[in-house]
Amino acid sequence: MNFNIRLLQTFLLYYITFASLTSIAQVPYERILNSNEEPENWLTYNGGYMSQRHSLLNQVTRENVDRLELKWVLQNQVFGAWQSNPIIVDGVMYVTERPNSVMAVDAVNGRVFWKYRHQNADNALVCCGANNRGVAVLNDKVYMGTLDAQLVALDRINGQLLWKAEVGDVDAAYSVTMAPLAVKDKIMVGVGGGEFGIRGYVAAFDAETGEQAWKTYTIPGPGEAGHDSWEGDDWEHGGAPVWITGSFDPDLNLTYWGVGNPGPDWNAGQRPGDNLHSDSAIALNADTGELEWYFQFTPNDAYDYDSVQVPVLADMVWRGEPRKLMMWANRNGYFYVLDRTNGEFLEGKPYVRVNWSSGLDEGGRPIPTPQPEGMPTYPGNQGGTNWYPPSFSPSTGLFYFSAWEDYATIYRAEESEYIPGRAFLGGGFSVLAPSPGAPTIGIGRTNPINNWTSEVGYAALKAMDPQTGEAVWSYDQFDVSDSGMLTTASDLLFTGGREGYFHGIDAQSGDLLWNVNLGGQIVMAPVTYMVEGVQYVSVISGNSLSTFALEE
Amino acid sequence: MKYLQSFFGVIVNFSRRYMFLVIALGVSNIQIVGAQELGDHQYTSEAIERGSRIYSRECALCHGPQGDIVDGVNLRVGIFKNVRSDDDLRTVVSQGAGQGQMPAFGLNAADLDGIVAFIRAGFDPDGVAVRIGDPARGRVIFEGKGECVSCHRVNGIGPRTAPDLSEIGAVRTPSVLQQNLLDPSAAILPINRPVRLVTLTEETVLGRRLNEDTYTVQVIDSDERLRSFRKSDLATYEISMQPSKEPTSLSGEEVADVVGYLLTLRGQ
Repeated sequence: MNFNIRLLQTFLLYYITFASLTSIAQVPYERILNSNEEPENWLTYNGGYMSQRHSLLNQVTRENVDRLELKWVLQNQVFGAWQSNPIIVDGVMYVTERPNSVMAVDAVNGRVFWKYRHQNADNALVCCGANNRGVAVLNDKVYMGTLDAQLVALDRINGQLLWKAEVGDVDAAYSVTMAPLAVKDKIMVGVGGGEFGIRGYVAAFDAETGEQAWKTYTIPGPGEAGHDSWEGDDWEHGGAPVWITGSFDPDLNLTYWGVGNPGPDWNAGQRPGDNLHSDSAIALNADTGELEWYFQFTPNDAYDYDSVQVPVLADMVWRGEPRKLMMWANRNGYFYVLDRTNGEFLEGKPYVRVNWSSGLDEGGRPIPTPQPEGMPTYPGNQGGTNWYPPSFSPSTGLFYFSAWEDYATIYRAEESEYIPGRAFLGGGFSVLAPSPGAPTIGIGRTNPINNWTSEVGYAALKAMDPQTGEAVWSYDQFDVSDSGMLTTASDLLFTGGREGYFHGIDAQSGDLLWNVNLGGQIVMAPVTYMVEGVQYVSVISGNSLSTFALEE
Repeated sequence: MKYLQSFFGVIVNFSRRYMFLVIALGVSNIQIVGAQELGDHQYTSEAIERGSRIYSRECALCHGPQGDIVDGVNLRVGIFKNVRSDDDLRTVVSQGAGQGQMPAFGLNAADLDGIVAFIRAGFDPDGVAVRIGDPARGRVIFEGKGECVSCHRVNGIGPRTAPDLSEIGAVRTPSVLQQNLLDPSAAILPINRPVRLVTLTEETVLGRRLNEDTYTVQVIDSDERLRSFRKSDLATYEISMQPSKEPTSLSGEEVADVVGYLLTLRGQ
């Protein structure tokens, strides 16, 4: 009895301490865990641990969305694709700018409170642009990964640098472009460098001190299960980076990550075997980093089909049974439904034209049909989709993402020597074009004229029904799209594309309800939040972050 | 697949010999750069082949397979920010450029020569074999029996309905120019396809497409007016897969002359 009273006292003391901390607007783990209870904030990269990018805000509706008006614009001072995802905490927006700056912004008027600039090492090397996709917040700190493979912790109130931790070796071309994931008392990040022969991993750091808590390689070392999926020393520089923020299931205590391509990218013959765990979904214990299960989408990949898509989690009745699911539209052209308790393959179907494989076997393994040399492979090198964050709406039961239709690549494989810190590609590729020398799709849009036209590929926003694995509807655009998705409780879907249009779409029917030409490519997902009773929707287009709300 | 066959059909026949032919003709007023230029030196086909491998390993990721991904730079056709000579090219590759946007590459001399050769060869590892004739004769044909000037404009003279060719020699390879004459439907760039629009107010517009997005299309019409239409305002929107012109009836000799003339058109 005495023991129980003491326990009660301890709990009470803990509660009072905790309550006083939250009263100064802390962001403890519990707030992130229960982010659905405060839809006015956007607390993680993907809007919550389930990564659904679905907001419970419903002030903006299908009926009034055409009354959205521009409230403010934040201009980026650095040119280049702005892929940052803002986080919003109690009226303050945290957004990063190329290459590695963090800004704290008044979410109501767009004025900047502070800006922190990280100076990258001169030899920082990334394949595809000096990108950064945003921050994580936890308690009183903001965390950012850097191009020179550091993790920095800043004071959330004044932007002061508190500590830096080394995530990877910049001399060997390790980098961090993803927004970190905060879980419990740890900050987790993965590393980029899949085009430079790194050996990928996810690492967790103590949120207070920056001390490394665990590090799990995506490529098993000697003696570990799966190591025999590599020959010789290929595993030491086999790529398999992790450059997109993962998800977390608190009940299973598992974090989920998408793993990128094996290296060298295009010469699969140079690295015989399945090359585990490249192009896989992996489930890691949140406390220890231990690998609990994996599912490989593309064994011995020859096409750069990174599986760095966001693992989207949902609990639903699936074909008559309550299931804990993971939904995945993969770069390889297939849409998958997995059981996230154990990685079991439940369903998988192509969502665009696929000719590198003729289908999936009952375990979800693709049946390879490599194309003859010089012939086009569908989907092309950028994939049927890529890293752009999807959304799942529990309200409609549909999964939304940007797909690239009618887009193909001709690959060329060649022997490649691994030299630390240098590109390790194993060949090259060209995009299938309708006439010789015609412009083809690049990594981003820098020309306001679409001179490649839809003949080289175009975007389809697809609404997938996880029950069937098939699209219920598709909203096509003339250009391709690298835009992510946002859905809301009022069955609105917000998204964009390279053309610079910002679309408000009926998430049930796929009908266009409202759009505005913002002029610059939209290469990240919109977010929504609420301050003082007003719902805002923010989206980055070109070098501008534009924020909308209903007209007063 | 049709495209692939015709594309590769041309490329495979494309040998470097005619580059030397152009020089041998001694046409001193031709300022050939890009695909046609030999640079400061002459390079062997082995160097081009070596450069092709180096390019895909070291350069293609940022510059793209066609060399046109970086804004303001098109390596294949010889458009650079600061580079003029081959030595400039070597300097940029060895030392980096753009205040760190392009890193320095520690290539050996042979690899460096290879990459310069590949860029100067217009990314064509098989060399050049398009016949390039006499530019002066070509100009006469272009302005006369070829009837090119009835649609194309050069240096301020001629209609604007078809693409202006004042800079065509700087942006197209000889093989593509030749194909444009012999098999225009295989060579026309998709954006240039002729369009026919009928508005909801029953106006019919013929023109050439300049730009298009999901909701709008921009054209230059047959009266040389710049027009922009909302697709929702159109009753009909047709894109012709055939260009306005037929395959040429000029002889092989005359085609070579016209290609030779087009290669001299390098803008102001």
